[in-house]
Formats: sequence, structure tokens, C-alpha cells
Amino acid sequence: MSTTSSNVLPADPRMNVLGDHKVTAASATTSTQAAMKGDEPSQLITILEAGRAERNYWRDIWHYRELFAILAWRDVAVRYKQTVIGVAWAIVRPFLTMVVFTIIFGQIAKLPSDGSVPYPILVFAGMLPWFLFSGILSEASNSLVGNANLISKVYFPRLVIPTATAVVALVDFAVNFAMLALLMVWFGFVPNWQILFLPAFIALAVLASIGPALWITALNVRYRDFRYIIPFIVQFGLYVSPVGFSSAVVPEQWRLLYGLNPVVGVIDGFRWCLLGGESQIYWPGFALSLGVVAFFLWFGIRYFRATERTFADMV
Amino acid sequence: MSDVVIRAEHLGKRYLIGHQSAERERYTALRDVIGRSLKGLGQSALDLVRGRQIIAGDEIEEFWALRDVSFEIRRGEVVGIIGRNGAGKSTLLKVLSRITEPTEGRVTIKGRVASLLEVGTGFHPELTGRENIYLNGAILGMTRAEIKRKFDEIVAFAEVEKFLDTPVKRYSSGMYVRLAFAVAAHLEPEILVVDEVLAVGDADFQKKCLGKMGEVAKAGRTVLFVSHNTGSVSTICEKGMLLRAGNLIADGPMSEVLSQYRGLKQSDVTAMPHLQFRGPLRGVRITSIEINGHPTAELRVVSSDDDISIGVRGRADEDIANLRFSVALFHRGLRIVTCHDGPENLPVGEFEFRCTFPARSFRPGEYTLAAGARRVAGDEWVWGTDLCSLEIIPVWGAEYDSDDIGIVNLPRRLVRSKRYAPVGNDQAGR
Repeated sequence: MSTTSSNVLPADPRMNVLGDHKVTAASATTSTQAAMKGDEPSQLITILEAGRAERNYWRDIWHYRELFAILAWRDVAVRYKQTVIGVAWAIVRPFLTMVVFTIIFGQIAKLPSDGSVPYPILVFAGMLPWFLFSGILSEASNSLVGNANLISKVYFPRLVIPTATAVVALVDFAVNFAMLALLMVWFGFVPNWQILFLPAFIALAVLASIGPALWITALNVRYRDFRYIIPFIVQFGLYVSPVGFSSAVVPEQWRLLYGLNPVVGVIDGFRWCLLGGESQIYWPGFALSLGVVAFFLWFGIRYFRATERTFADMV
Repeated sequence: MSDVVIRAEHLGKRYLIGHQSAERERYTALRDVIGRSLKGLGQSALDLVRGRQIIAGDEIEEFWALRDVSFEIRRGEVVGIIGRNGAGKSTLLKVLSRITEPTEGRVTIKGRVASLLEVGTGFHPELTGRENIYLNGAILGMTRAEIKRKFDEIVAFAEVEKFLDTPVKRYSSGMYVRLAFAVAAHLEPEILVVDEVLAVGDADFQKKCLGKMGEVAKAGRTVLFVSHNTGSVSTICEKGMLLRAGNLIADGPMSEVLSQYRGLKQSDVTAMPHLQFRGPLRGVRITSIEINGHPTAELRVVSSDDDISIGVRGRADEDIANLRFSVALFHRGLRIVTCHDGPENLPVGEFEFRCTFPARSFRPGEYTLAAGARRVAGDEWVWGTDLCSLEIIPVWGAEYDSDDIGIVNLPRRLVRSKRYAPVGNDQAGR
């Protein structure tokens, strides 16, 4: 071919590294000027480089909050589309669990309740955070693999996907909470001022589950065997956590160790604020649970962010 | 004043590929397999702890999908990226749209990027058309207010007014694609990155999309466009970049880059490494296939002006009666044409079969080749598909329709196309 003169790039003369840095700096200043004027909406500069994705990460997440909302809405909408029992399922499952636990732990094993709290209410107050925890854990851990087509075709902070699925679990939580309210009316049980702290404990339950969920969902992208671990954790956890019984039945010398299970702190907290003064928190154990929650949250986010960049290549 | 919006410097992307060395052993003992699995398990566990990528196989090979790619793109340019399959086009787009990060080098991008690597990303079959517009819009980076403002326009473009509240799983594939493209076409980013999107939909809709792309370009936005359809690239892009095996080998006006693309041959080795045949017929070994005198290990680019001559060579180990050779061309999995020679006896020794399609038989595009032989009486055959691919690139004269859409190309004189007066006028005339 003869027409290879002007357009071949043997060694590009533009690649003067120092000069490029200067240009980048200059364009950065123009961008801030544009931003101050406020008319050009996104004169932002993005630099893509190995290991560079970290910067602006949290600002990016804020920028993608609408995507978060719409993905959460999608998951909720899809869950109840073309289902017959749909919402009913969210009612039947906790109700039956409550009945079974009340019979087994309350009637057959004759475990004591907290103070004068009716046993069904005790069970239900423990089940609320447990279902929230297990719901987020199982929804989120499959979310990345389930959204593989998005990950490999569009950029957005990947953290949006697992956290958006947590909203589905929160919707179920709202349904369950309404059931607890009915149950309290039925038994004529009146909670006191501590219920004001409930939002804080809901947040705690979400944080406690998001940490491990992020870790496992990131692992699940690489090693698909982790999806089999989740049902196991959920099944196992139901019995090692004080869902069907009060954690007061655990012998005193084991209670600190018991606090290593982060869900113990969450459930104790829920019972404390829902059951009024009847349920006491074992503070050292609670503090330990908080520590474990914080550790998992930190570790989960860290691991997620470290591996996030390679998701598209692996999913 | 420089108005560079994308600047890539020494960009590289590496993938690691694993091979199973055991496959090359003649037989495998269970003991070896167990030993290897245990070793592999230990390795995986180690990788897991270190947080490294796990690769199947015990031989790991580096593969650079992109290497040392540097370029600049200015505001308002419409750039077409061309190259063979596996040249790194899609990887480049993925890096530019932040889906995957480069292994080395860096890119500086000024402005908001929207990438369109697939039509209908994130569409959910259970949701209605209306819901999917919002979902897909948000995924592509539009704000809710923006989607609301353009909603009617999107619906009109997609022509799905009546089915807005039907779940998209009940849409015809055409409607689905139209809706998906309509959302994408109404994105208003500063930089738009598009891959292969026009490969879908019927001809009319493809035209509409091309028109829309042209509009986007005129509106002063920067567009990066990848397509195998060199015809459509050349109509909307004024600038081109040519990739080969991960390297940028040409960057300049589209017409020059295209002519260089046509010149690409030899040593452009990618894909389809082996001639593999299957079937019950023994005694016939096809050892090489060539196109216009070039071995198939080299992917061939053929001008639409050239005859396409396919040669099949090999050796017969014994005399075979009533044998018929065949060559077939496929386009996107669809068998376009098959040609045979008459059943004849094949004597022992070397053989060569040749089959030539006249120039301009097919429209520009990518085709793959299949070849084989069959004994007519005994119904024994040997057949291999995907033996090599060839691309026909457009060089049109006035005699032919210069529109690249479709597969079969017929000279204008063979096609009777004429306008007639409406039936009513016709009656009045006679």
C-alpha cells in the first residue's frame, strides 16, 4: 500500500510525559473555573490508570444515587410481579416461624421469657432483625453475579448493586414490623420510650449485614462456590443467634463469648427497645458485637473496593 | 488552544489465560488427575488468601489485548475504530468507558462519558416498557428529570406507544431493540462511546439509527464508534483509528485508515488456529485451505472487486469412489451458499479442489468458511466449520447498489426495479 505516510504512528512524538502533566494540570484549572461559573454541568476530568479508581469514589456514589434508587425499586417491583402469594409470603413465613419457635422453645423446652413479655412477642422481636440480616445477606451476595450483564457493559460504582438489594429486605422488614404491631395489640402489650431508639437499631442491623454481604458478594464473583455458603450461614445462624429464645438463658460466663456473634448484639438491641424495660442488654457483650459489626463493615468495604476493579473481567 | 477531550498515553490491558498442559498428554492416569487437582486446590486456596485472580489450568499465559496505545481525540470529532476481530477494539472501549481498568498507561477524559456497548443493557423482561425506559436511562447515566423531559420523544422514536404498559418480555424482538436504542439515542453526554450497536434491528431501523448518530455528531459531541460494518463507519466518521493485535497502527482521516485496513494482510494472525474436521469418512485428509492464494492462518480481507477463490488441499490415503467436495460460506451463523463438484472418484495421493465465487457476489461483511467432502453412495462425510473467516470490504462502482446492508449482492441490471403508476391511473390509460 502506498498511502501509509501521514497516518502511521511509529513512535508518537506527543508522548512527552512532562508536557502531558502540564496539560493535565492546566485543564484541571479550567474545569474548576467552569464549575464555578456553574453553567457547564460536568466539566469533570477523569483519569483512568491502574489502581486509580479510588479517587472521587464516594463522590461518584453520591452522583449515582438515582441509579441506586431505581435499582432498588426494580428489585422490589420484580419481586412482586407475576406472583400470586407475593406479599402474603412475607407474612406467612415469619408467622409460621414464630408459631413453631413459640411451641418448641416456649412450650416444649419451657425456656423463660424476658420478664412478663408474652413468648410470641419475644420471638417476633428477635425474628425481625434476624430476617432483615439473613435477607440482606442472601439478596446481596447473589446480586453481582445476577447483574453480570450490567457490570460488563456499563460503569458505575459497583457498591450500588449489593446495597440496592438491601432495600428489598427492608421492605419485607416493614411488613414484618406491621405484624409485630398487630401482635402487640393482640396481647395488649405496650412498649415504652425505648422504642424511639428503634431506627438506630435498624441501621445497626443493616450495617451488620452489609459488611459480610459485601465480602461474600465480592468473593462470589470470583469463586461461585460461595453462593452455597450463604444458605448454610442463614440456616445455622438461626439457631446460634437468640432468635427463638432470650439471650438471658445463656449462662453468664459464656455471654461475652456469645457477643462475638454480631447478630446477638443486634437482636438484644431490638428486644431492649421493643420490649420496654423487660429485656436487659448485657453491655460488655453488646459492645463486643458492635466491635465485630464495625470490623466486618470495614473489612467488607475494603475487600469489595480492592476487587471491584476486576469484576468486569471476571464476572 | 488544545481542545483534547480524550488523551490516552501508552495504554495497555493484560489478561491472564490459563492452559491445561495435561490435555497434551496422550493419556491421563487417575493418580495424576487427583494429584493435579490437589495441587490446584492448594494453589487456589493460596490465591484466595492473597486475593489474586484464580486461573484455571496450570500454565498461565499473558495476553495483551491492548499494548502501548496512544492517541488524542478532540472535542466534536467522530472517530471510527476499526480492526479485525480480537484486535482490541472492544477492550479499548471498555477501558475508555471505565468498565475495566487499564493495566498500564493512562487516559485523561474531559467531560461526561456515556457508553453504549450493548443495546438494552439492564432491560428487565418483567418490567413494562415505561418502567424500562426509566431503568435503562438511569443505567446509562441520565437523571430522572432528563428522562422525564425526553420521555415522549423516546416513545415516538421507538414507535411503541401502544405497548408502553406491557412487560417487555412480550415485545417482539424488533420492538425491544427499537425501544432500547431509542433510550440510548437520547443520551446527551459530552462523549459517547458506541460499540456494534447498529448490528441489530431491521434495515429501516438501522438507517434511522445511522441518521441519529449523524445528528449526534453534528450537535458537536464527541463520538467513538466501533463497528465491523466498515461501510457505516465510513459514512459517519471523519477520523479513523486502526487497531491490529492490540496496537494502534494508524490514526488519521477515515479514508486513509480504511485504505490501510484494506492493505492489511499476512501475519494478521488471530482466531481459528486449527483446521478441525469431523465425520465418519476416513482416508481423506484436508491439510490446508487457502483464499486467493493465501493460507487461512491469515485472516483475509478481500475487496468486493476481487473474485473469491477458495482452494482445498490434502491427501487421499486410499482410492475413494464417488466423492464430492464442498465449500460453504456462513454469515453470522447463517449458511449463505454451498458449492460442490460432481461426484467423482478420488485416486490415492495429493488432491486440490478449487471453488471460485465471482467478484461482488456478496455484500461487505464478515464471512466464515466451511469445507468438507462426502461419499455420495455410502453417505460418509467429513466436514469442518469455522475454518477461517474472511471479510469483504466495500469498493463499489456505480453499477452496484452502494448500500452495504444485506448479504447477497446483485448487479443492478439483473434486478428489475421500476416504478409503476397506481392501479387506478393504469385503467384510465388503457
